[in-house]
Amino acid sequence: MRECIVIGGGPAGISAGIYLARKKIGFSIITENVGGQTLWSGDIENYVGYQYISGTELAGKFRAHLRDFSMDLKEGEKVYRVMHDRGTFTVTSDRGEYRTKTAIICTGSRARELNIPGEKDFRNKGVTYCATCDGPLFAGKNVAVIGGGNSGLDAALQMVRIAGKVYLVEQKQNLSADRTLVERILRERTCEIITNASVEEISGDRFVRGIRIRNTVGSRAERILNVEGVLVEIGAIPNSDLVDGVEKNEAGEIVVDCSVKTSIPGLFAAGDVTNVYKKQIIIACGEGAKAAMAVSEYLNLHK
Amino acid sequence: MEKKVKVYATATCPYCRMLKDFLDSNKIAYEDFNVGTDPARREEMIARSGQMGVPVTEIDGKIIIGFDREAIKQELGI
Repeated sequence: MRECIVIGGGPAGISAGIYLARKKIGFSIITENVGGQTLWSGDIENYVGYQYISGTELAGKFRAHLRDFSMDLKEGEKVYRVMHDRGTFTVTSDRGEYRTKTAIICTGSRARELNIPGEKDFRNKGVTYCATCDGPLFAGKNVAVIGGGNSGLDAALQMVRIAGKVYLVEQKQNLSADRTLVERILRERTCEIITNASVEEISGDRFVRGIRIRNTVGSRAERILNVEGVLVEIGAIPNSDLVDGVEKNEAGEIVVDCSVKTSIPGLFAAGDVTNVYKKQIIIACGEGAKAAMAVSEYLNLHK
Repeated sequence: MEKKVKVYATATCPYCRMLKDFLDSNKIAYEDFNVGTDPARREEMIARSGQMGVPVTEIDGKIIIGFDREAIKQELGI
């Protein structure tokens, strides 16, 4: 039986792995990829130590740091289930089953969908949830970026460099992104910012040809935007389905205390999958470090 | 007989990077098209795969959408 299994290899899982390795705790990391959502981040300008670094580059540095230690890293493996039974855990993946005394859930979150007509039909036919990946395909075309948070503005700023016209559509009255990003997008002449607007439908033929939006206040007037790309950046939902019987909040996030303990003794969670205040790479790293130290303390107490 | 492999990718896409790393580590030779900068290859990819998501891999005429490790392994017989 292992002392610990870390599920997920994003910033939280990597940081937990580094701390566990230094404590010489016998553990495995099981993850689909190393880097997690950092891989999908465009430009990163708020990670301490780097004034500017791309997401892929930072993920590469995370991997290199992790590789400095000898550990059991199971990459390309997906965990389906974490079961709890009399103080131990069984972790089931697409490759096998593992037993462990403690587990750290660092499974992060995935893109939230709009849930409107046309969205499913045109997925990958103009609708994308990864501006970093698919953005360049819309070179010279008109696109709509949905969401006025940091990821939405990142996507819009990426697209104004290569697309035709860029519409930035936000449901609320204000853009919630960092002030520096908002100031930058306001300077872009090819970007039209439409606030107080909800997306009602995505339409097209074989590919997206347009979206219908509606004013959420006052007139409730509708408008058609002729776009061939719809980049959806409206937040995330936690990947917390793999574990039952643990306390979660209304958003489905695993509830943790300030030492990242969950409601189940021996089960810890870190990063975007939890109710931690704000989802940021640097915060996930800190939470992962806390998780490893909390595991160490737990193992010492339950020898 | 070596199979003819084409990869349609963008420079920024992590799945494209993972796919190419996977092919490299298995010593599979492939043609690498950047559909972000090459409009003709972009149209070719969209026409052949019927969609706009990257990466797309073509192995001896068979199209595989996304980084589908198992499908690629099976098609390459590795």
